[in-house]
Amino acid sequence: MITVKNLQKAFHGNQVLKGINETIEKGEKVVVIGPSGSGKSTFLRCLNRLEEPTGGEIWFEGVNITDKKCDINRLRQKMGMVFQQFNLFAHLTVRENITLAPVQLKLMTQEQANQKAMELLQRIGLSDKADSYPNQLSGGQQQRIAIVRALAMNPDVMLFDEPTSALDPEMVGEVLELMKQLAEDGMTMVVVTHEMGFAREVATRVLFMDGGQILEQNNPQEFFSNPQNPRLKDFLSKVL
Amino acid sequence: MNDLMNYFEPIMRNWYIAVIAEDRWKQYLEGLGRTLLIAFCATLIGIAIGLVVAVIKVSAANGNKGIRPLVWLCDLYLTVIRGTPVVVQLLILYTTVFAAMTNGTPVAIIGFGLNSGAYVAEIFRSGIMSIPRGQMEAGRSLGLTSGMTMRLIILPQAIKNILPALFNEFITLLKETSVAGYIAVRDLTKVADGIKGRAFVSEPLFVAAIIYLVLVVGMTQVQKRLERRLAKGDHR
Repeated sequence: MITVKNLQKAFHGNQVLKGINETIEKGEKVVVIGPSGSGKSTFLRCLNRLEEPTGGEIWFEGVNITDKKCDINRLRQKMGMVFQQFNLFAHLTVRENITLAPVQLKLMTQEQANQKAMELLQRIGLSDKADSYPNQLSGGQQQRIAIVRALAMNPDVMLFDEPTSALDPEMVGEVLELMKQLAEDGMTMVVVTHEMGFAREVATRVLFMDGGQILEQNNPQEFFSNPQNPRLKDFLSKVL
Repeated sequence: MNDLMNYFEPIMRNWYIAVIAEDRWKQYLEGLGRTLLIAFCATLIGIAIGLVVAVIKVSAANGNKGIRPLVWLCDLYLTVIRGTPVVVQLLILYTTVFAAMTNGTPVAIIGFGLNSGAYVAEIFRSGIMSIPRGQMEAGRSLGLTSGMTMRLIILPQAIKNILPALFNEFITLLKETSVAGYIAVRDLTKVADGIKGRAFVSEPLFVAAIIYLVLVVGMTQVQKRLERRLAKGDHR
């Protein structure tokens, strides 16, 4: 579904991604872990070109999305993204947050979008918050709604950029629970996170990044119990 | 009592000459009308120019490289307008670009509009920049174009920071139009100065000053109320 070929990214001469090759198949749940500054968020943000790669290619569903001629906005409709800071639209109600993009992009009528929004909100038990504004909600509620907002576009893949890092500890669970449900429903997911428990439980594959490269990858069982790379061993010994 | 009368009588006479004699109050009203017209229309032009310039500058700051020539043009405009006195700008417009135009009022509207645009651009730019980067990223990640995200997500939030500052700009502009007399526009100041010259009394200038003051104080009150209203509806 996603193929990354020799992906590079430099910020003002500082090489953050040093040639990443990776293929993500449909239905996979890939969890990316690694120390701060390892380039894992940059890698994820390159996948939908929120960061513009400075080298290499990214193919999504048979289209080279790093090609200048590609209509990136169309492709982003199929790639949902969830941010560390939720980034709900502060001036819109929960319902409007969810329906804005599908309606404006003429994928649904307002009625269809409203109905879809209510279905999704019901599923996460927040249908009573449809007319609330983001600042009236807890962080956990905001992040779950941000996930639902991305789901309303019927994406083929969901990208998560440290979705629980800005949450109070007692709210991490509800967000991870929703992500787990999503995984069980067969969604293709790429998740950058520090939640090792989630990686162990949900991932089909775990990648370890450091210094702008993928140093090791494996199924979670092997990855956590039998790490090979000394840097991964060191990292796991600190976080587990 | 007599002393008091002797003291007040000349003052009253001067004010009578300044305001009531020969229906002069009508001239003030005419001048005031022209002042308000210029300030209002110029603000509208300033908003139009300012919005365009700000969006170009912000989109360049967000890494859009395709608009470099436009950015260069905007920077030139901002530098020239902010680097020269408004009176000189007006005189140049009046004597060269619009030399064929005898009526100074439209020239003043365009001149003050061009001038105001440079300052309004900064108001819009800082208003837009005050919205967290994540809002733009979230919009783009859903497949919205940068234009749609700007229109549907960024500007509606930025307007709360922009409106009070825009009102300030209007108040400033209202006072600045008092130099319109340089290009033969009979605005409030010019009218007052004319009456002063003909009637040989200085009171007309005080009449003008009082009118400006009442307007500015009144508008400042409106602005304060506006700011409170906006803060009340703040969902952040």
